[in-house]
Amino acid sequence: MADLRDDAPITTSKRSDRIIDATENLLEAKGHSLVGRSVTINRPRAELYAYWRDFTKLPSFMDNVERVDVVDDRTSHWVVKAPGGKTAEWDAVITEERPDELIAWASTEGADVPNSGRIDFRDAGDRGTVVTATILYDPPAGFIGKVIAKMFQREPAIQARRDLRRFKQLMETGEIATAARTHKQLKEEIA
Amino acid sequence: MRALTWHGKHDVRVDTVDDPEILNPRDAIIKVTSTAICGSDLHLYDGYIPTMQAGDILGHEFMGEVVETGPKSTLKKGQRVVVPFTIACGSCYHCGKHQYSACDNANPADNQDIAQTLYGQPMSGLFGYSHMTGGYAGGQAEYVRVPFSDVGPIVIPDGIDDDKVLFLSDILPTGWQAAEFAQIEPGDTVAVWGCGPVGLFCVQSAFLMGAERVIAIDHFPRRLELAAKFGAETLNFEESKTYEALMQMTGGIGPDACIDAVGLEAHGLFVDNVWDQIKVSTFTGTDRTHSIRQAIIACRKGGRVSMPAVYGGFVDKFPLGAFMEKGLTLKTGQTHVQHYLPGLLAAIMEGKIDTTFLISHRMALSEAPEGYKIFHDHQNDVTKVVLKPGLDRVAA
Repeated sequence: MADLRDDAPITTSKRSDRIIDATENLLEAKGHSLVGRSVTINRPRAELYAYWRDFTKLPSFMDNVERVDVVDDRTSHWVVKAPGGKTAEWDAVITEERPDELIAWASTEGADVPNSGRIDFRDAGDRGTVVTATILYDPPAGFIGKVIAKMFQREPAIQARRDLRRFKQLMETGEIATAARTHKQLKEEIA
Repeated sequence: MRALTWHGKHDVRVDTVDDPEILNPRDAIIKVTSTAICGSDLHLYDGYIPTMQAGDILGHEFMGEVVETGPKSTLKKGQRVVVPFTIACGSCYHCGKHQYSACDNANPADNQDIAQTLYGQPMSGLFGYSHMTGGYAGGQAEYVRVPFSDVGPIVIPDGIDDDKVLFLSDILPTGWQAAEFAQIEPGDTVAVWGCGPVGLFCVQSAFLMGAERVIAIDHFPRRLELAAKFGAETLNFEESKTYEALMQMTGGIGPDACIDAVGLEAHGLFVDNVWDQIKVSTFTGTDRTHSIRQAIIACRKGGRVSMPAVYGGFVDKFPLGAFMEKGLTLKTGQTHVQHYLPGLLAAIMEGKIDTTFLISHRMALSEAPEGYKIFHDHQNDVTKVVLKPGLDRVAA
């Protein structure tokens, strides 16, 4: 069979066996579901990198992350909302880091949701910076967990897409857009 | 506060809801003094637009007084402002190109999923127009939270009556943009389908841009009369055959530019329309599109088609062959309101554009459901309903 490989991102492949390539080339593999998403943000690369690298700030735009505690230079502890009012927790270690360019991580043993990934920051000329998130994860409790997570919109693929949009909003406009009319509605939205 | 809320097809009510609050630094709260019912609100009223929820506050044409501001708002309490119906951040790539209705950021992240799935990329947020466009509460209310108030609202000088400037919020820039999209050249003949408010502003704008002739098409005598007042030749499609008439009126060439200001609820007993209606009512199709088909067939070879009309989904029997073979250009889109505001406000102040002729009914906010009903049922006489929340306060 002819080699049908192309220049498209590996996360958009229709063939599941290519995910194995992704795990080899891109990440330290911690999971089997692969998510890839890019967003162009009209801000300088260094500014975006700096904001993201301060992990304690991530909950400001990641709606499902309750908090991130920085343990040391390379290790952080994550507390994430899970379906049914529960939380999932894990430690993440930075596996590779290039200032203003790349942050890669992997969860450590015993993670509730094993995951690894990388955030790439790439210059986009007049348009600012392309931020690409590539995340590999094991959904909680296999397939059923994934269905339930999707129902409650805590599915990592949906979250990644929305989190990147919120990051863009925050960086470009200084705030996160909401259609809420009152503080009460806003609180319910984020909860 | 009191607000006009949507509850289903032909069911709108004035309810008491919580007052809006400042939630983000760039917000402002506007106390509404005038707010209009738009022809596109009738699409919501008729249940054509998906992603509506019971209790949604309608209204996207409004103006009023600034009563509260967030720390990053550039507005001041007491200022009178007209608010664009398109919400735009002013800082993204598209806002930088003045493509405000394509703003990346004004539509909340979760709501963007719907439009991303349906359209490929999400559009900006709009006031009071379903959850696909953000789910923002609209202006047919006593108060409105206006996000990005440093970018959208335009301050109105004292002494200018609401009725003169209210339509800067949507229909005047929409008509103007449609005429601009028609790329009118001096000497052109422009045909305009639909003499509702947007169509009538298209007529005015086309002449200001140098059109020699404008042919206005509708079936409501009152609306055709208004178009004639601005110098348009009229074509009543219940009296005359549209395509045949247009061809003869243009010496067999066809109009140089065609503007569809009708949209997805095109009226008239045409075979394709009846077919569309059947498909809509059986959920196998969405948009009724007679006017755009006719515009493409009538347009001269190499001509321009401009489509300010609102469409939401997919169409059947789009005359793609005619469109390609004749080498037409089609331009469309939600209006980049913010881009046109300074120029159009100046045109109003200089008396070049009149908008007050449109208003046929002024009502209290509490009468809004009646306003919807008469606008819907009596399109000949009811050209525009403006709601004045202040009238309720006087009555109370």
